[in-house]
Amino acid sequence: MVEAFKNSWITFKSIFIGMGITIRHFFGKSVTLQYPDERPVLPNNARAKLYVNIDDCIGCNLCARACPVNCIYIDTVPSTSDVDLGKTSTGNPKRFWLTRFDIDMAKCMYCDLCVHPCPTNCIYMVSEYEYSEFNRTNLIYHFSNLEPAMVAEVKEKAANEAAEKQRQREEMMRKKAEEAKMKQIEAKKQAEEKNDGEKGSEPSKKENGDS
Amino acid sequence: MTQYLLNINPIAILVHAAIPLTIILVYALVAIWAERKVAGFIQDRLGPMRVGGWHGWAQSIADLLKLIQKEDIIPADSSRFLFKFAPFMMFAASYAAFAVIPFSSSYIGSNINIGVFYLLAVTSVLTLSIIMAGWASNNKWSLLGGMRSAAQLVSYEVPTIATVLTVIVVTGSLNLMTITEMQSGNDILGFLPNWLIFQNPFLLVAFVIFFISILAESHRVPFDLPESESELVAGYQTEYSGMRWAMFMLAEYADMLLLSLLGATLFFGGWNSPFGEFMSGPFWSFFWFMLKGLLLVFVMMWIRWTLPRYRVDQLMYICWSILIPLSFINLVLVALWEVIF
Amino acid sequence: MIEAITDSGERREMTINMGPQHPSTHGVLRLELVLDGEVVKHVKPHIGYLHRCFEKYAEQMDDYAKVIPYTDRMDYVSAMNQEHGYVLAVERMLELEVPERVEYIRVIMAELQRIASHLLGIGAFGLDLGAFTPFLYLFIEREKILDIFEKASGARLLYNYMAVAGLMRDVHPEFKDEVADFVKTFRPKIKELDDLLSYNKIFVRRTANIGVLPVKVALNYAASGPVLRGSGFKWDLRKNDPYSIYDRFDFDIPVGSGEMGSLGDCWDRYIVRVKEMEQSLRIIEQALDGMPDEGDVMAAIPKRIRPKEGELYVRTESPRGELGYYIVSDKSASPFRVKARAPSFVHLSMLPAISKGALIADIVAIVGSIDIVLGEVDR
Repeated sequence: MVEAFKNSWITFKSIFIGMGITIRHFFGKSVTLQYPDERPVLPNNARAKLYVNIDDCIGCNLCARACPVNCIYIDTVPSTSDVDLGKTSTGNPKRFWLTRFDIDMAKCMYCDLCVHPCPTNCIYMVSEYEYSEFNRTNLIYHFSNLEPAMVAEVKEKAANEAAEKQRQREEMMRKKAEEAKMKQIEAKKQAEEKNDGEKGSEPSKKENGDS
Repeated sequence: MTQYLLNINPIAILVHAAIPLTIILVYALVAIWAERKVAGFIQDRLGPMRVGGWHGWAQSIADLLKLIQKEDIIPADSSRFLFKFAPFMMFAASYAAFAVIPFSSSYIGSNINIGVFYLLAVTSVLTLSIIMAGWASNNKWSLLGGMRSAAQLVSYEVPTIATVLTVIVVTGSLNLMTITEMQSGNDILGFLPNWLIFQNPFLLVAFVIFFISILAESHRVPFDLPESESELVAGYQTEYSGMRWAMFMLAEYADMLLLSLLGATLFFGGWNSPFGEFMSGPFWSFFWFMLKGLLLVFVMMWIRWTLPRYRVDQLMYICWSILIPLSFINLVLVALWEVIF
Repeated sequence: MIEAITDSGERREMTINMGPQHPSTHGVLRLELVLDGEVVKHVKPHIGYLHRCFEKYAEQMDDYAKVIPYTDRMDYVSAMNQEHGYVLAVERMLELEVPERVEYIRVIMAELQRIASHLLGIGAFGLDLGAFTPFLYLFIEREKILDIFEKASGARLLYNYMAVAGLMRDVHPEFKDEVADFVKTFRPKIKELDDLLSYNKIFVRRTANIGVLPVKVALNYAASGPVLRGSGFKWDLRKNDPYSIYDRFDFDIPVGSGEMGSLGDCWDRYIVRVKEMEQSLRIIEQALDGMPDEGDVMAAIPKRIRPKEGELYVRTESPRGELGYYIVSDKSASPFRVKARAPSFVHLSMLPAISKGALIADIVAIVGSIDIVLGEVDR
C-alpha cells in the first residue's frame, strides 16, 4: 500500500514536471517558418538544382560519365573548320557544337559528382528549389541553345566535312597506296634489272609480286 | 401517458433539443481547432494558420466540408447496418446526456431529480456503440480497439461513479441544478467560493480520481488505448471514413465536454461566478460554466500533448488496484467528515 | 480475415499483419503476429519492401566514388556514418594517406550525425509510446544539425560529402563557431529530455522490463551498437577497434545498467542512446579544439581509383551498431563486390527472440527500442 502510494506520488511528480516543460513551450516562441510567405534562405552552395552555363561548355562529356544515374545526355557535333567557336571564360578552346545537353532532374539524385570533374566549371548546383511540375517530362531541362534549324545545319555541315575529310583521307590512302605500288613496281624493276643475270632469286620475286 | 404526450409543446422540445446541439457543434469545431493550436504551441509550432485568416480559425470548417464530400466507404464484409449505425449511436449517447447539464442559472434541458444517475446511465451506451463499431468493421485492429475500449469504459465507470457518489453524499441530491445552487456564495475562508472542491479536503482527492477517470472515459492520453494510433492504427475507427468518422470525432469531443462540464458542475460550482454576486446572471453564468468546462478540456489537451500512454494491463491495474479502492475509501472519509463537521 | 473473427471457440489465436502500412513500424516493415488476445505468441518479420539493390548497383558502377551516394541511401538517417565507413574501406584498399583536417572534419560530421540519428531514434521511440511532443522538440535540435550539414555540403539528408581521401567541399568559414554553438545549446536540451521523457514514470513503466535482451543472446545474434551496450556489454568500435582518429579522443562508453528494470530492457537501450549523445558532444568539442584551420581537403582525392586485387572488410560504429563494408576488388575501376553488413538487419532478426509473450503495445516499444531503419535492413 505504502509502495503504491509512493509510486503514485512519483508518477504524479514526473507528470507535473513534464507538464511544466510543455507549458513553458506553450508560451514560448514557435520555430515555424510560414513557407509561402517567408522562405527559407538556402546557403549559396545548396544542392537544389543543376545548372549548366552552356557558353562555357566544351562538350567533353565528363559530367555525363561521372553521373551515377545517367541523367545527363550530351550530343556533340565537331565544329567545321570555317567556324571558330571561340573560347570559354576559362580559356579552353571549344571544338564541339552542343546539339543536345539535357538534364533529367526527375532522375537526378543531387549527388554533386558531375560538378567536380568539369574542366571549365560550367555545370554546378544552384539553390533554386521550387520547380515542381505536373508533368514529369517538364523536368527534363534543355540547356543547349542551338535552334533546331541550326542543329540540322551544323549536323549537315559536320557530316559534309566529315565526308569531305573521309574522302580526303581515302584519297590520301589511295595516293599512298598508289605511291607504295609505284615504289614496289620500281623496286621490282630495279630488282629485275639487277637480277637479270642471276636466277637464284626467282622465289623471292614471286613473293614480292603476291604482296 | 397519452395525456403527458399531449401536453408537450413541440416547439419547446425543438428549442430544448437545439440549444445543446448548437453548443456541441460550435464547441466541437472550436475544440478541434483549439486542440491543434494547443498541440502546435506546445510543440513550438503554430498549428493551422492559413484557412480563414486569423490563426486559421476556419480550419475545422474546412475539414468538415472536406469530410462531408468524402466517399462513404463501407467494407464489403462488414455488418452493414451496425457499421453505419454505430457512429450515430455514439453521438446520440453523448448528446442525450447533455439534457441534464445546467448550462446557466436559467437554462437546463430537463430539470429531473435523477440527473446524475441519468447522465451516467446514458453515457454507458458509448461502450456499446464502440464495441458495435469495432465488431461490425470486421477488422482485427478495430476488434482489438473495440475490446480494449469496452474493458476500459466499464472499468473506469466504477471510480467515476464512486467519486460522483462522494459529491452526492455531501449535497444529498441527484439533481445537477440543485447541486449547483448549493455551491453559490463566497463563504469559505471569507473569500473562496462555496465550491465543493474547497469545502472538503477529501473532495479534492475525489476530484483527482474523477479527473483521471474521465480522462480514461473520454479516451484521452495517457489512456487513449482504444484508438492508440501507434499500436492499433486507429482502433475501432480504422475502417471509418468521411462523415461517419467525423461523427466519431464529434462524439468524442462532445464526450470530453460533457465529462468536463460534469466535473465543473460537481466540483467547481457549475455556473456560479467565482466573485459571488459580481458578474452573475443568466448570461454570465453560462460564461462561467463554459469557461470552467473549457479549462478542464484545456488541461486534458495539455496532458495529451505531454505524456506517453499506458499499456492496457497497466490501465486496468491503475483502475482496479488504485483508483477503485481509493475512491471507496475516500467515499467513506467524505461521509465521516460530513458527519463530524 | 473473416474466418479469424467469426471462428467460434475452437481457435484462440489470431494472425494479424502489423505493417507494412502501420504507423509504428518505422517504414515498411511487416510483422506477422500471432496473437492470443493481446498477447503475442509469435512474431515473424517480413522484410524487403524497400529493397533497392544497393549491392548490385555498387557492382554496376564504373567508379568507386560513384557508390558513395548509394551508401547514403542505405541508412538515410545517418548518411554521414555510412559514407564514412565506405570511404575508409576504399582508402584502406588504396593505402592512402588522409589529410589531418579531413579526418577531423569527418569525425565532427560523423558525431553530429550520430546525435541527429539518435535524436530521431529516441523521438520516434517516444512517438511509438504515445509521447508526441518530445519527438518534435528533438526534431528542432535535429534541424540545427541538418542546417550545419547543409551549409557544409549543400544537402540536408543525403550528403555525398565524404570523398575517398578527402571531402567533396571544404566546410564554410563559420563552421567551427556554429558547431560549438550547437554543442553549447544542445546540452540543456538533454536535461529537458530527461525530465520530459526519460524519467517520466509512465514512459519508464512502458519500457522497463520489456523486451529484455540478455547479453548472451545479444552476442549470439551478433548484436552491436546501442543494442549490445544496452545489455551491459562494453563494446564500441571507436574504442575497441579504433578507426579514423578516434584513438585521440577521450570519451566513455555508456552501457545499460538495469537501472529501471532488468538489464537489457527497452529503457536501457533507450538511455544508452541518450548518454551516447553526451559522449558525442564531448568528442565534438575535442575535435573542434584539435582541428587544423588550414589545409586543402580536396588535394588528396585520387583522380582514378584502381585498387589492387584483393578483398577487405572495414567496420565502423554507426549510430545503430557495427556497420561493415566488405569490398572485393578485381583490379578494375569498378568494385567486384560490395557487401554491407547492416546493423539494423542483424538487430531485426532478434525481434522474435525478445518479443515472445509481450503485448502488442510492447512489440511497438521493442521495435522502437532497437531503432531500425528499413532502408538499411533491405538495402
